[in-house]
Amino acid sequence: MTTWMLRRLIQAVFVMLAMTVIVFIGVNVIGDPIEILISPEADQAERARAVAALGLDKPLWEQYWKFLLGALQGDLGRSFVFNEPALKLIAQRMPATLELALTAVLMSVVIGIPLGLYAGLKPSSLAGRTIMGVSILGFSLPSFWVGLMLIMVFAVQLGWLPSTGRGQTAELFGVQWSFLTANGLAHMVMPATNLALGNIALVLRLTRAGVRENLPMDYVKFARAKGISPSRVVFVHVLKNIMIPIVTVVGLEIGGLIAFAVVTESVFAWPGMGKLIIDSINVLDRPVIVAYLMMIVLLFIVINLIVDLLYTVLDPRVRLENKE
Amino acid sequence: MSESALPDTPEVVVPRQETPFARFVSEYAESPVAVVSFVAVVLIVAVALFAPWLSPQNPYDLAQLDIMDGRLPPGAKSPEGWTFWLGTDDQGRDMLSGIMYGLRISLGVGVGSALIACVIGTALGLTAAFAGGRVDGSIMRLVDLQLSFPAILVALMILAFLGKGVMNVMLALVIVEWARFARTARSAALVEARREYMEAARCLALPKWRLIFRHMLPNCMPPIIVIGTILVARAITLEATLSFLGLGVPITEPSLGLLIANGYQYMLSGKYWISFYPGIALLVTIMAINLVGDQLRDVLNPRLKR
Repeated sequence: MTTWMLRRLIQAVFVMLAMTVIVFIGVNVIGDPIEILISPEADQAERARAVAALGLDKPLWEQYWKFLLGALQGDLGRSFVFNEPALKLIAQRMPATLELALTAVLMSVVIGIPLGLYAGLKPSSLAGRTIMGVSILGFSLPSFWVGLMLIMVFAVQLGWLPSTGRGQTAELFGVQWSFLTANGLAHMVMPATNLALGNIALVLRLTRAGVRENLPMDYVKFARAKGISPSRVVFVHVLKNIMIPIVTVVGLEIGGLIAFAVVTESVFAWPGMGKLIIDSINVLDRPVIVAYLMMIVLLFIVINLIVDLLYTVLDPRVRLENKE
Repeated sequence: MSESALPDTPEVVVPRQETPFARFVSEYAESPVAVVSFVAVVLIVAVALFAPWLSPQNPYDLAQLDIMDGRLPPGAKSPEGWTFWLGTDDQGRDMLSGIMYGLRISLGVGVGSALIACVIGTALGLTAAFAGGRVDGSIMRLVDLQLSFPAILVALMILAFLGKGVMNVMLALVIVEWARFARTARSAALVEARREYMEAARCLALPKWRLIFRHMLPNCMPPIIVIGTILVARAITLEATLSFLGLGVPITEPSLGLLIANGYQYMLSGKYWISFYPGIALLVTIMAINLVGDQLRDVLNPRLKR
């Protein structure tokens, strides 16, 4: 178990290192580093000075080493637009994104599991088939278009919900959150729903498949034979067994949601780090782009690691396998 | 007269030889939804191919545009007397023509990138399956790494480095999609490699390339075709998303995603048609391709054979 964990950790470190190389090559070799790191308004003399100061005349491996050391110390350059450390900017916008992504995760579990249970228990009923049919839309509809339609219907036509922005926020642990105020919650309904749709469909389908797979099993028959109430069989016995794949997938999808928030945040003008990266790409604010990419890759690797560990804890079969 | 001596032989009823293709067509046609989707895909491709002859206006020709026609609602008449059936955008461009030309770009980018990804991914997948050992391990490790990051993030990264443009979008889509083809091709090849016909071919001491390309590849094609159809739809969606975010195709070659993005700002003031109709076109395209892919999977999957 310990060796396995250690090996897994080392692997994660290597992936992270590989990503720094890719981002470094992307910025410094494919793109023009002078254009990337020096503000476009600089004149010739300033440019030469900056090249020397940034060490762009040094060999590539030395430049990479410097970049790596800076990254390890949390120094990924300053934003051209905001003239602030890029990492600080990302950190400021992160709570808004996390709030949105975690709400979406919560929605996908709270909505997806009950619907999936129903569709699994009554697969041939009209409602069950409708749920499955509609869930295909959750996968295949382009997310940004669904967002636009939500705005068109609920904000423009009906006027029920605010279309853009974060609304009122309240402070908790020194960070501003929208979910603490009624106005902020109203602003969150549409973006969170939009972001959650794909995952609701995913959780729903996983749950249904799990129910269909587990119902004919002996332990369910035995529980029924013992005279346990049907609801207890479903909600305690079956649900416990189908939770493992659901927990894994939902955990892995958190990273995907944070990445996909780029789209939702752009549609609903939600001031998170996804909106920041799109704005930064459009004005070529490269230090922020680099900082965002490094942050999100780190986030991904950490999430994958945690899910792997959780999986081992949850499923004794995996634990035993890893012992050897 | 020996023939008449024979008791009249019952006429041998030779069952009409059903070609594999005919069987495939009849099995595919079992689902009406799939047939309708297939017809829709054919129509959409036809519209995209023949857009210059079908569309009432050339949306790229600035001489034909009149800014005074801007943001007209669907059904409004142009000064020349013809009708803007789907309204006009802020430049006075006929939306119907814009959508037809937009489809060309969306489909071209989607299908083109999927084809390139298919060739690269299949080649790598077959190599991995055939070579085994360290080559297999490193290719599949790369595939796993690629698939552990969501497509949108990888595409975002590539476009952030390279900037926008049709070629860069296609490159991003190829990089996002090759891994799925590689995985599918490898698993199909591993199954096929153990079949008897492959053993027979090997016993004939055929050259390796002939073994792979003439004997194995054709038998690996069904799953690759299925995944390819679905990945074309995904590529179109991703391209539209990237263009909507302003990272995809340039404004001079508006795809459906960019048309939707252009209309976004007017939607809040109730001018829905600039975004809505390109959105519908995108939606119908994606759904139709997906439904065709679903039916192909059901027909081509030997495990589901009745």
